[in-house]
Amino acid sequence: MQVTMTVNGAEVSADVEPRLLLVHFLREQLGLTGTHWGCDTTQCGACVVWLDATPVKSCTVLAAMADGRSVRTVEDLEQGGELDPVQQGFMQEHGLQCGFCTPGMMMTTRWLLDHNPDPDQATIREAISGQICRCTGYENIVRAVRWAATHAVSEEVQA
Amino acid sequence: MQVPAPVDYRRARDVSHALQLLDQLGPEARLIAGGHSLLPMMKLRLARPECVIDINDLDELDYIRIEGNELVLGAMTRHAALLASPVVGEHYAIFHDAERVIADPIVRNRGTVGGSLCQADPAEDLSAVASALRANLVIRSASGTRTVPARQFHTGPYETVVGPAEILTEVRVPIRPGAGSAYSKVERRAGDWAAAAVGAFVVLTEGTVANLGIGLTAVGADHFCAPAAEDYLRGKPPTEEHLAEAARLAAESSSPTADQRGPVDYKRHLAGELTLRSLRRAVARAEGRV
Ligand SMILES: Cc1cc2nc3c(=O)[nH]c(=O)nc-3n(C[C@H](O)[C@H](O)[C@H](O)COP(=O)(O)OP(=O)(O)OC[C@H]3O[C@@H](n4cnc5c(N)ncnc54)[C@H](O)[C@@H]3O)c2cc1C
Ligand code: FES
Ligand code: FES
Repeated sequence: MQVTMTVNGAEVSADVEPRLLLVHFLREQLGLTGTHWGCDTTQCGACVVWLDATPVKSCTVLAAMADGRSVRTVEDLEQGGELDPVQQGFMQEHGLQCGFCTPGMMMTTRWLLDHNPDPDQATIREAISGQICRCTGYENIVRAVRWAATHAVSEEVQA
Repeated sequence: MQVPAPVDYRRARDVSHALQLLDQLGPEARLIAGGHSLLPMMKLRLARPECVIDINDLDELDYIRIEGNELVLGAMTRHAALLASPVVGEHYAIFHDAERVIADPIVRNRGTVGGSLCQADPAEDLSAVASALRANLVIRSASGTRTVPARQFHTGPYETVVGPAEILTEVRVPIRPGAGSAYSKVERRAGDWAAAAVGAFVVLTEGTVANLGIGLTAVGADHFCAPAAEDYLRGKPPTEEHLAEAARLAAESSSPTADQRGPVDYKRHLAGELTLRSLRRAVARAEGRV
């Protein structure tokens, strides 16, 4: 079947099998391999993308279900050569080691900061509680998000 | 790599269209709401529909509102919306208690109230909440609408009274002024299904329990409820002793099975202990103490 959706602001059309999962559509058909594919069982959150501006686990959405909708992936965080504050936060605070969980963590926490610009530690931990990191022990991820919260976009541009 | 078997995909425009597609495509077609139960089952090939009918465009089923003396939840209400709704919390804190521990925030962005109830997993938290609150479930077919009490909705594990050409449209909960309610769950780790969970509401009149409901999750209670415990406590003052006896009766009405979440005696113990905790908190809330 033919699907047409907006991915990172650009309209894309493709012929897909109805059973194709969104994560595989993004990675294999569009080559957007920033979105990771981990557990396959809706538990790890490596595959989190935004669907109509809401974070979802893309291993548990059919590409067909995104037809006519908009998708945002980690590739869209950097704007005009400038990293998103969340990405900078992960660099500054060593919020990653292997990086496998990172795209999902960043998509969820970008969304969190858009809705709650100054979340406390408990709120950040709750927000990422459906996502698994095997490296960092989460401590530095929480710090990375706090870093982003305290470095708003305007300051970051001056920096 | 887990992928569903080949399947057709159709998207419904509205409820009438969904019913028309169900009718036209027959019993091998399945509605897909959040897809967070159906797609995992399709990936494991535990479900193999010939066609999925996507109902995510059915905005007409996405609402939370008060109608007369009922709280009404559309079937396409997402878990996250239920958790965020002040009007839901104002009348029934049990929903917020439960939603906080259903899966994780990202799953809750997608999973729906209707999908939860229709999935009828014995560990589905909202089934026990609906049972505790004696909600009424509204089901539509091409020929009309019928309303089924929550305690008659589930006919067994993964089975409900919803027919192949029907759709659950809404959940109606009677508002009981002054009611206090609560939900308590034990899970092995954040985001997991319940080892056991219990929800309860109470209405107090002149120091006695005038009305109450108890719902049990994942412990094999008939229709997710504990009528013997309710009958015992009704009309009595909510003393610690009475609550404990009700909890004991609730545990007795459970019939858990052993699995990776625990052995039978542990789960039965949890059924009792969690009944006690939920009753205590429901009473405290009804008395305005918390
Ligand atoms: C990792 C993970 C953890 C989870 N943990 C929990 C948990 O702790 N507690 C809990 O309660 N749930 C849990 N869930 C389940 C979650 O709540 C699901 O979202 C929910 O069970 C199903 O809702 P859905 O909208 O995704 O349904 P779908 O998967 O779309 O549908 C489920 C079934 O219901 C049918 N259906 C859907 N809507 C309707 C309707 N309106 N009328 C008739 N039939 C309909 C479908 O045909 C299908 O058979 C978990 C899920 C995941 C993936
Ligand atoms: S791959 Fe989607 S949650 Fe793990
Ligand atoms: S950085 Fe390795 S899994 Fe999170």
